[in-house]
Amino acid sequence: MAENGFEPRIAALLCRWCAYAGADLAGTSRLSYPPNMIPIRVPCSGRVEPSWVIEALNAGADAVLIGGCHPGDCHYVSGNYKARRRVALLRRVLGELGVDPARVRLEWVSASEGAKFARVMRDYVEEIRALGPHEGGLGSSTAPEAVAESVVEAVEQVVQHG
Amino acid sequence: MAQPRIGVFVCHCGRNIAGTVDVEHVTERAAEIPGVVLATHYDYMCSDPGQDLVARSIKEHRLNGVVVAACSPGMHEDTFREAARSAGLNPYLVEMANIREQCSWVHQGPAATDKASRILATVVEKVKGNLPLEPSTMDHANKCLVIGGGVAGIQAALDVANAGFEVLLVERSPSIGGRMAQLSETFPTLDCSQCILTPKMVEVDRHPNIRILANSELEEVTGFLGNWRVRIRKRATYVDPEKCNLCGDCVGACPVRVPSAFDEGLSERAAIHIPFPQAIPSSYTLDKETCLGLTPLRCSECRDACEAGAIDYDMQDEFLEEDIGAIIVATGYELLPKERMAEYGYGEIPDVIDGLEFERMVSASGPTQGELRRPSDGRVPKEIVFIQCSGSRDPELYKPYCSKICCMYTAKHALLYRHTVPDGKAYVFYIDVRAGGKDYEEFVQRAMEEDRILYLRGKVAKVFQQGDKVMVWGVDTLTDRRVEVAADLVVLAQAMVPSAGVAELARKLRVSVDEHAFLKEAHPKLRPLEALAAGVFLAGAAQGPKDIPESVAQGSGAAVKAVMLLSAPELIHSPEVAEVDELLCSACGICSPQCPYEAITVEDTAEVNEMLCEGCGTCVAACPSGAMSLRNLADSQVLAMLRAALEEREEAEVSGG
Repeated sequence: MAENGFEPRIAALLCRWCAYAGADLAGTSRLSYPPNMIPIRVPCSGRVEPSWVIEALNAGADAVLIGGCHPGDCHYVSGNYKARRRVALLRRVLGELGVDPARVRLEWVSASEGAKFARVMRDYVEEIRALGPHEGGLGSSTAPEAVAESVVEAVEQVVQHG
Repeated sequence: MAQPRIGVFVCHCGRNIAGTVDVEHVTERAAEIPGVVLATHYDYMCSDPGQDLVARSIKEHRLNGVVVAACSPGMHEDTFREAARSAGLNPYLVEMANIREQCSWVHQGPAATDKASRILATVVEKVKGNLPLEPSTMDHANKCLVIGGGVAGIQAALDVANAGFEVLLVERSPSIGGRMAQLSETFPTLDCSQCILTPKMVEVDRHPNIRILANSELEEVTGFLGNWRVRIRKRATYVDPEKCNLCGDCVGACPVRVPSAFDEGLSERAAIHIPFPQAIPSSYTLDKETCLGLTPLRCSECRDACEAGAIDYDMQDEFLEEDIGAIIVATGYELLPKERMAEYGYGEIPDVIDGLEFERMVSASGPTQGELRRPSDGRVPKEIVFIQCSGSRDPELYKPYCSKICCMYTAKHALLYRHTVPDGKAYVFYIDVRAGGKDYEEFVQRAMEEDRILYLRGKVAKVFQQGDKVMVWGVDTLTDRRVEVAADLVVLAQAMVPSAGVAELARKLRVSVDEHAFLKEAHPKLRPLEALAAGVFLAGAAQGPKDIPESVAQGSGAAVKAVMLLSAPELIHSPEVAEVDELLCSACGICSPQCPYEAITVEDTAEVNEMLCEGCGTCVAACPSGAMSLRNLADSQVLAMLRAALEEREEAEVSGG
């Protein structure tokens, strides 16, 4: 735990076939990990919209984890590749806006990787503890609303071509 | 949803949840969420009284949404959706909040309670946005496609056909029969392989429900579960099977001689040939690749010799299109190519052969009619060395996996050798002898004891030619002594690998292969016969190394899976798929290429084929105008879920793990 007692809040968007099932296996195997993450089940990491990540950061998340199937294993053939491209671009945009790209992480966790899921959670919580809280929404240093909107737009542009 | 009236049911799961999570507190917090009209908790929600509680509450409180906070949705979502249906509530208005696997089993203390109530709150928000849905239904085709005519495919085809469904059996080579047709005797009974296989081949040939397409390959697959459209290329054989009377005059006339694939290169065949006498379909094939030219200007010997007039150089490849309801893939295996085993001299030293070559050598139908003669000079080998795990269990250089059948066939080979050459000496180098199977261990013991085959535990270091001998240097690790054998013949138990082209076939079928290109099953233990793509089933060594009884069993198993699908009155498809708001759609077409299932067509607006859509939602994430949405997982729902998950709370926030 960080010295200041900061406990990050992390939203996790987990694909139902791999990462969510991996989280279930961590539970069945009683592999404990910090409780800072609230899971939300999605059909595929390809369903995740970059704007959700921004909204989550604006709604009080210190970080967002996206969990998908390993490359080549996507239940829907290629959704995870799309997620990978979208997240790569999203991280660049966040960096441009002064938000540490580490606040978004994409992880491949298979349904049989309960131990990996627990490890990823431990690592990520530790990393965000060290990074400190995400404060003031996106682009708070300038005109927050306008910047947030332009970020959403920029991200959507890249998504459509990703 | 109209005014939400949501019921929340928190499960103790005995101590599984209630031992860690303060369920009363979670229930109280849930009751405060706007739209929740009932929040209660109970020992075991999945028990009959628990389900009754849910059903009764739906009626009493006129609930239009239910959240059960309990285990993972994978466990009991269906249970509670059925309970709701019985009480008159649409099942798609029921969701589970996973506070066991993803909370009580992995966290402790107040933080676990806080997380449970946050998870619950997200699911309440989701249910608020859920719509009542009805599954879509559709008709399906009734025909089964079996790809691969080895013993697994043969068994699958026969079982599906005997259940009353039409089968299309597609085989790449000129005959069905597969590897089993090449084998001499089979372990552990020493049945003659062809003698037990050919009756099944004949049964396939005569079966009114089976159509064999030999010399054929799958070109293209479109459509989806239950309603595939397949395009098959039937290569021209240049021989009309209706006219061919199998006299064989064409073979005598043909000036070409090339190595016979069926005899593993140990004999020669003409360009026009039949792979083996019992081949089915029983007809000759003119191999275009080795024929002098398919034109009478170059050579017309076979056509001139054919009194039946069966040979037609102008024959063209045919393309067939068929509607298919279920697909069974049984494409089998081959052996790791010999060129890659330099350390054993394989491919260089003529008297180093592989297991399949040995099978042909000792087969009564083989090039020497079962008389064992070595390739270099035709002499009967007096000392023979069998090397197991050649390319298997060798993660550094070759394949890390065990090829499973080699221990048994090597014992069989050594035993057959001793029966054929009673004064010969047989040595087997092995790592372990793996003889798991009915009567298998007894068979190996018989080979060791009765037939006096010398088993040496150790790997062979080097194989090289010296004079007319093949020198084998190895170590017997049980006696810790170097062993040197001046052998006349060396047989390598080569690793099994999937048939060439299986990865390409898998791509066409949209099924996965593993790192070694074996077809991947939907679940290694519980769904070993199914590919992850619905409606595609797996049989035989295409899925992993297997012997004959296992391949046959899997063929029958895959057939039952296919019959279950073909005999269903109609197929049911989840309604939780993408849909287009036509008022918002500008027909930009960005969504369509995102879809791996080709479920979206774009004309005036985008349109989703509900039967093709699998509900992944990647098109939704890409839609720039918000016209595309995923039923019961709309953006607005996810955003509400995120807000509920991240809500500021005064009381105990997460603290420590």
